[in-house]
Amino acid sequence: MSDRAEAARRRMVRDCEALGRPVRIMEVCGTHTVAIFRSGIRASLPKGLTLLSGPGCPVCVTEQGYIDTVLELAQRDDVILATYGDMIRVPGTAGSLETVNRPGVRVVLSTDDALALARERPDKTVVFAAVGFETTTPATAVAVGQAAQEGLDNFCILSGHKRVVPAMAALLSDATNRIDAFLCPGHVSVIIGSEAYRPIAQRFGRSCVVAGFEPVLILEAMAAICRQLVEGRAEVESLYAAVVRPEGNPRAMELIDRYFEPCDGPWRGLGRIPEGSLRLRAEYERFDARRRFGLEERVAPEPAGCRCADVLCGRIEPVACGLFGSRCTPDTPVGPCMVSSEGACSAWYKYGRRGGRDGAG
Amino acid sequence: MCLAVPARIVELNDDRAVVDAMGNRWAIRTTLLPEAKLGDIVLVHAGFAIATVDEEEARQTWELFEQIEQLRTNEPTGTEGAG
Ligand code: SF4
Repeated sequence: MSDRAEAARRRMVRDCEALGRPVRIMEVCGTHTVAIFRSGIRASLPKGLTLLSGPGCPVCVTEQGYIDTVLELAQRDDVILATYGDMIRVPGTAGSLETVNRPGVRVVLSTDDALALARERPDKTVVFAAVGFETTTPATAVAVGQAAQEGLDNFCILSGHKRVVPAMAALLSDATNRIDAFLCPGHVSVIIGSEAYRPIAQRFGRSCVVAGFEPVLILEAMAAICRQLVEGRAEVESLYAAVVRPEGNPRAMELIDRYFEPCDGPWRGLGRIPEGSLRLRAEYERFDARRRFGLEERVAPEPAGCRCADVLCGRIEPVACGLFGSRCTPDTPVGPCMVSSEGACSAWYKYGRRGGRDGAG
Repeated sequence: MCLAVPARIVELNDDRAVVDAMGNRWAIRTTLLPEAKLGDIVLVHAGFAIATVDEEEARQTWELFEQIEQLRTNEPTGTEGAG
């Protein structure tokens, strides 16, 4: 362990002792979840300090009904379904995009690729499965703008875009929540800016510390949180200031706002979150796949026995799910938290023993 | 899927750029980062540059990726999509 990491750890130990009560920090970024496991940080935490994995993986919080709608569209002969690779293996009620195995399913690396498909295939409608938090939304906004400009009428999107801060507020609005502070995501914050967390700090009295992905930066962010708790402060702090500006990326925010508006929408595990989702503004609704194909918002039950909902809210650890490691593994995933490489169940499965229980560090 | 990769802009034409990270080159757009210049290191997410970063930050991230890559090749599964 580097000197800096050791120093941060020592500060944490001292502060946790001074607090004399359990401290629970939620990380709201799937990449942090994985980095924390891989680096063995969990094993080196002071007694009484727990890390909860939150709803930080966009694939994991995508509701079952959305996945079913994507599957339904993928099976239409007049549709090419364009999606980021992360979505391919997520199980819906009947199979996944991988198992429906239609020629019309295409993995794209960017929205530009989806637009190119639409130009190549004027005989089909290209539907882009637009999932992701604020990091990903601006790319969708650019594509819609370009389709409008070019008159590319055979392109549309199925918006599953979500906003991180309303989800944090929703978690804290539940009186039974066990969250003392948030470790805020690095790259979402590049877009929305560290100031976006101020309402969480002020309204709910929870510290919000933005961190990068290096293990030492994560430890330092956790130490900063403990310090705030000891001093009775609940503030926004950015330890990733070289990359994250207080105001975020103004151009990206402007594009999100030009094409999208916040709406209430369902999250897996968290229910309907006020202003937690984004839909196209009325001027651009001709690019909305739901409208174009007359699709209702679907509600579908979670896979039987899967406890992703409890995992995503930090109520249980993945190992508490009866299917974990038996019926549900990364090769045979039952829920999205096991499919996505950033999902909490997948991280526990791959790194759990090393990162969680062998007491190293 | 919110992870962004640092890469250096080696060609730039309007908002279309080619970037290089650890020898890999690919086309991206700088629509979200109008101030990006040739030679800048930018964080790239799903085909778009979202922020500029300095050499030191980029180097650390590239090193981290290398370690992750090594780990990943030793893993039984990998479900990587839009980085
Ligand atoms: S282990 Fe599998 S079934 Fe259980 S909560 Fe996680 S993803 Fe769902």
